[in-house]
Amino acid sequence: MARKVLVLGEVRDGTLRNVSFEALSAGKTIAEGGEVVGVLVGESVSALGQELIQYGANRVVVVEHAKLGQYTSDGYSQALWAVIEEEKPEGIVFGHTALGKDLSPRIAGKLNSGLISDATAIEVAGGNVVFTRPIYSGKAFEKKIVTDGIIFATIRPNNISALQKDDSLSGEVHSLTVDIKDLRAIIKEVVRKASEGVDLSEAKVVIAGGRGVKSEEGFEPLKELANILGGAVGASRGACDAEYCDYSLQIGQTGKVVTPDLYIACGISGAIQHLAGMSNSKVIVAINKDPEANIFKVADYGIVGDLFEVVPLLTEEFKKLKINA
Amino acid sequence: MNIYVLLKRTFDTEEKITIAGGKINEDGAEFIINPYDEYAVEEAIQVRDAHGGEVTVISVGNEESEKQLRTALAMGADKAVLVNIEDDVEASDQYTTAKIITQYLKDQEVDLIIAGNVAIDGGSGQVGPRVAESLKIPYVTTITKLEIEGTKVTVIRDVEGDSEVIETTLPLLVTAQQGLNEPRYPSLPGIMKAKKKPLEELELDDLDLEEDDVEAKTKTIEIYLPPKKEAGKLLTGDLHDQVKELVTLLHTEAKVV
Repeated sequence: MARKVLVLGEVRDGTLRNVSFEALSAGKTIAEGGEVVGVLVGESVSALGQELIQYGANRVVVVEHAKLGQYTSDGYSQALWAVIEEEKPEGIVFGHTALGKDLSPRIAGKLNSGLISDATAIEVAGGNVVFTRPIYSGKAFEKKIVTDGIIFATIRPNNISALQKDDSLSGEVHSLTVDIKDLRAIIKEVVRKASEGVDLSEAKVVIAGGRGVKSEEGFEPLKELANILGGAVGASRGACDAEYCDYSLQIGQTGKVVTPDLYIACGISGAIQHLAGMSNSKVIVAINKDPEANIFKVADYGIVGDLFEVVPLLTEEFKKLKINA
Repeated sequence: MNIYVLLKRTFDTEEKITIAGGKINEDGAEFIINPYDEYAVEEAIQVRDAHGGEVTVISVGNEESEKQLRTALAMGADKAVLVNIEDDVEASDQYTTAKIITQYLKDQEVDLIIAGNVAIDGGSGQVGPRVAESLKIPYVTTITKLEIEGTKVTVIRDVEGDSEVIETTLPLLVTAQQGLNEPRYPSLPGIMKAKKKPLEELELDDLDLEEDDVEAKTKTIEIYLPPKKEAGKLLTGDLHDQVKELVTLLHTEAKVV
């Protein structure tokens, strides 16, 4: 059954986030041969429209307004709502990002629809669009379908493959004028704490440090390794509580959930709360002095040793590999 | 100030998850207040202590949820409401829960609603914003600080590690992120007092709702455990050789670099 599916392109620092391309791929699956319409919301974002098309959108609707420069639930929901009323989609996909988590339940509430949050896989089976999503912090999975109304889902970054970009594609980028009324919550200031560079929740490689890192300086070798691999640095709650790093790096049940291709845990014991944030990573490497550490139970590869010896050696070896490649 | 807290009873974090008859096996499992809702209860108590008023904790669930509501009362909440849907609702989802809570709250005088930003079992994080949308009040999710002055509210919102300072007004719904506060443990006198505090139990009928009004929009068709991970490979030998072997394995066997 062909459906028209809206996919929100999420812009951060002037570029589209990776998860938007993954969302287009998800949108295509849900559309079952129907139209995938990309949506861009912001102050000046229309130039990004063609990129959405190259990643699978058939066309793009843009809502630009001075009040949409920063994400606010009030501003974005007015913009999205106008697009929904005009397009009358049968499916909607957002990334399961801070923005998607904040906005999607509100839109679903207004639509009186269901919403499947944090999907990690989508397939069409037995006449249904079936979503897979982790529950109980990744300790189990459920398959879910929509039984009534619009098929609305948010997808977890790094799990659904984006389509290959096709530079030869081009399509219509249409601008929709929306009168954005008063915002009831105003952002006064943004304090940037998340480290520059690779976004932790979207990183393909994550190098994480625990209490074993011992100090703020102790994170330096981890940063070097992350640089070589084009990855991001993360941390366990223990390292954050000990003030070795900012809480913005925390991975775990009460932090970020990451599913990179490669997760290297350095000096992390592997408390169950930490595992909740990373156990679905594709490949896990554990480096720990304690051979009994719990982290070895979920690791694909383990080295028993001092991270301050192992990590710099690893950086050197990866450097060699990069040079030879 | 009339403060409402949305609370969910969840599996204890430490519980091992097993499946029986296609469902998560609850036999013998320990249950707790969803950890993010605990921050919400604590914050509500602090706001009440600073500004006066009353804290009401609401849960949609079954009679078992009474225990978690009593714990919230023991922490210092004033009243509790349990909407028991066990006999009335066969399949519920976030739409169901939000609809029921909205139906209850729309007849109350509400100044502030605090919820957890996500429940650690279902992990959807939908109910808070859905309720705010239905009540037509503003909301801010994943907050780490809340300051109230008259009807003016300043909150700090955690956005993937960055912080936004947001100004808004009451009535308002916020969802709690880790870092908002340190939830207190119920004191012994608190536990004694909680036994006498009002806990109202409602069913759909009492809220003028029919089962059809709250019927789920989504359905779980299968629950399964992740495939058991095979035991990992612990490298041995000289440390330099181990590191070399690891890089080779990641490159040629796992193919992730």
